Amino acid sequence: MSVLASSDRAATWRPPTLFGTRLKRAVFWGCVIVYLVWSLTTIDIDFARAVAGLPRALDIITRMFPPNFERWPLLVTGMLESVQIAIAASIVGIVLSIPLGICAARNLAPKPLYLAARGLIVVGRTFHEVVIAIFFVKLFGFGPIAGLLTLAFASAIFLGKMLAEDIENMKEGPVEAVRATGASFWQVVFYAVTPQVLVKTLGVIIYRLDANLRHSTVIGIVGAGGIGQTLSASFSRYDFDFSSAILLTIAAMVALGEWFSDWVRRKLR
Amino acid sequence: MGHMSTQEQVQKLAMKAQRQLLEVQNLVKVYKTGKRALQEVNFIIDRPQVVAIIGSSGAGKSTFIRCINRLVEPTSGRILLNGEDIVSLDRKGLRAARRRVGMIFQEYNLVERLTVMQNVLSGRLGYVGLLNSIRYKFPPEDIRAAFELLDRVGLKGYENRRADALSGGQRQRVGIARALMQRPELLLLDEPTASLDPKTSRQIMRLVGELVNERKTPAIINIHDVALAKAHADRIIGFNDGRIVFDDVPANLTDEALARIYGDEDWNPPADDGEATGS
Amino acid sequence: MNTKNYPDIWQRYTPRERLVQWLWLAGAAFAAAWSVSALDIEWAFFADAHEQALDLVTRMWPPRWEYLPVIIQPLIETIHIATLGTMASIVLALPVAFLAARNTTLNSATWLLGRAILVASRSINTVIWGLVFVAIFGPGPLAGIFAVAARSVGFIAKLIAEAIEEVDHGQIEAIEATGARTLQVYATAIMPQIQPVLIGTSIYRWDINVRESSVLGFVGAGGIGLQLYASINGFAWSQVLVVLIAILAIVVISEGISAYVRSRIS
Repeated sequence: MSVLASSDRAATWRPPTLFGTRLKRAVFWGCVIVYLVWSLTTIDIDFARAVAGLPRALDIITRMFPPNFERWPLLVTGMLESVQIAIAASIVGIVLSIPLGICAARNLAPKPLYLAARGLIVVGRTFHEVVIAIFFVKLFGFGPIAGLLTLAFASAIFLGKMLAEDIENMKEGPVEAVRATGASFWQVVFYAVTPQVLVKTLGVIIYRLDANLRHSTVIGIVGAGGIGQTLSASFSRYDFDFSSAILLTIAAMVALGEWFSDWVRRKLR
Repeated sequence: MGHMSTQEQVQKLAMKAQRQLLEVQNLVKVYKTGKRALQEVNFIIDRPQVVAIIGSSGAGKSTFIRCINRLVEPTSGRILLNGEDIVSLDRKGLRAARRRVGMIFQEYNLVERLTVMQNVLSGRLGYVGLLNSIRYKFPPEDIRAAFELLDRVGLKGYENRRADALSGGQRQRVGIARALMQRPELLLLDEPTASLDPKTSRQIMRLVGELVNERKTPAIINIHDVALAKAHADRIIGFNDGRIVFDDVPANLTDEALARIYGDEDWNPPADDGEATGS
Repeated sequence: MNTKNYPDIWQRYTPRERLVQWLWLAGAAFAAAWSVSALDIEWAFFADAHEQALDLVTRMWPPRWEYLPVIIQPLIETIHIATLGTMASIVLALPVAFLAARNTTLNSATWLLGRAILVASRSINTVIWGLVFVAIFGPGPLAGIFAVAARSVGFIAKLIAEAIEEVDHGQIEAIEATGARTLQVYATAIMPQIQPVLIGTSIYRWDINVRESSVLGFVGAGGIGLQLYASINGFAWSQVLVVLIAILAIVVISEGISAYVRSRIS
């Protein structure tokens, strides 16, 4: 590479890699290839059939365009229901998250309560909202109630975890100072704890509201209300152009929600 | 507080006749780890004065100060603030007693997102009901006092600034104003200048001295900078291993006394650049 | 005491600020009331909710471990869907990220295209993508892999685009000054700088995808979702518990791997 290299110096030079040694890099890529081979051969995909089915796939894709908004009242109803589920679930979630968050804060709650609350949070976070939705659908039947409960539960878990972390990361100094003036417990909470925690919590709430809007579109697929149900029905009826209309609406709604959420959270700074 | 025998009643009357501003009797603090932080400390303040407490880290200075308003719970002993034993008070009584003691902290401990005025007013929280304090409905004389205090500490016009927009010296002044809002009978200062540069440290110490004289309120100051203590205190207390080993005017703080307080090897006169090492 | 005159009232917020706060609060309250009332909730349902929940829990316990061998294969398939889908999305995300980053895109049209792909990909949930691809390709893990990839492309590309935009310009200029071609500049100056972000984001998304893949079976896109759905529909609650535990296990393990790798990177 170098014009000035003297002839007895090593003429090759290898660039360093992220993996430290060439060996590790080779091993990594080797593993990747082995994995690809293994997974693609053991997975339940009939590649021959898939290739043969390509024309049909193309046909369906073309049938999705242009999107058909003829049945827009159905669309609007479904979308509104999703929005309502998202908002209502956020509120219930906020209310439930406050005791949960306080119990899950190591510097506030007694040990057994803390462990129980944290355990609940770990379990609650693991499962996809669709799984939770199915449960609630089984318990409460089809419709937006199941959706509301699903997202309220998920929101409470998420917001509770955030609240607990904020409380744990709180500065103790101002709390001690306010306590030293002779203030009561609730005055300490309002004057020293809340200002530290409030702005971040508001931001997190807005974020969750946006997330709930996304999730509310999905849980309808399993019957928990909202536009997901409309979408699922349209696919099973092969109304592909209506499906794409719905998809576009969902995308627009979600993008709008995210933009709104970013804007509010920026203003809160 | 239970009924008292005749003897106890006589004792109480006798003490009342001789009420001190602050009297600490046989104060002991043993931490759960077994560390004996305070061993039978006895201490009296009988007039408004600036008392500086010096000693090496772990000697018990901070524990002592925090026991006085029970931010740290004493293991045994009595602390009489104008005759009333703080140690025996229940939660409600303790809160009432804390109102009478103003505390100023090394890290200022202001609520950073709140404005200067909100921080100063929080000194009156012990006197204002919950609902009113949430609505910031403080009595007009409190507001007037707050403005006056801000002027006195040199922060006129700063009332609507956020606390985290202030410099260290300014924040400490807000802390002082907050403590004075309580109209306390006693001021406690825990390393108030440890986080400040030398010039600001001197300004703050001067301010505290002036306020002690104006308001006739005694102040106990934990301080690690011996030169600063000598320059501004009326009286110096030296702690070593949980005991008071020096209690006299600054003029009598000889090198021999310092060796007693800090231990020969540890005694290291700080260069006059005010190293901000906490205790 | 001084004879100076000090004001005796003080307000935290100006009247205008308070009005704005009131409006926000009123708006939120209105939205809340509208949502809750419009949903027509049967509050009577909640009366015996705790009984129902308790009943459910007793039916689930003890877990029916005999069901475990049945779900091993679907579990593995779930992980394959997540992994293959993430791999595909990484390959696709790189070009999209370069398109969506202001300093590497060709012109504003391509930048808009890149941004549009990001928005489209991120706004549609993995499960919904699953619906779409099941309709196109028919049921099976192929649809699942496409679904995972479709959702992940936007996620990964967005974060990479942000990293590209924050790249140290000096390094780019230096390579450009040598007369290298654009793609060479990207490879030499940009790629090394974004490599940590790329790896961290990919692993993070893979972890999320494991969770998402576990439910793709509900719409027919393969994985353990099918067994879960069948068990729930058949009221076989003790089987359901086994599946849930299995899902919990793979999610926890994948989160552990993800956290470990990401901590090693930074």
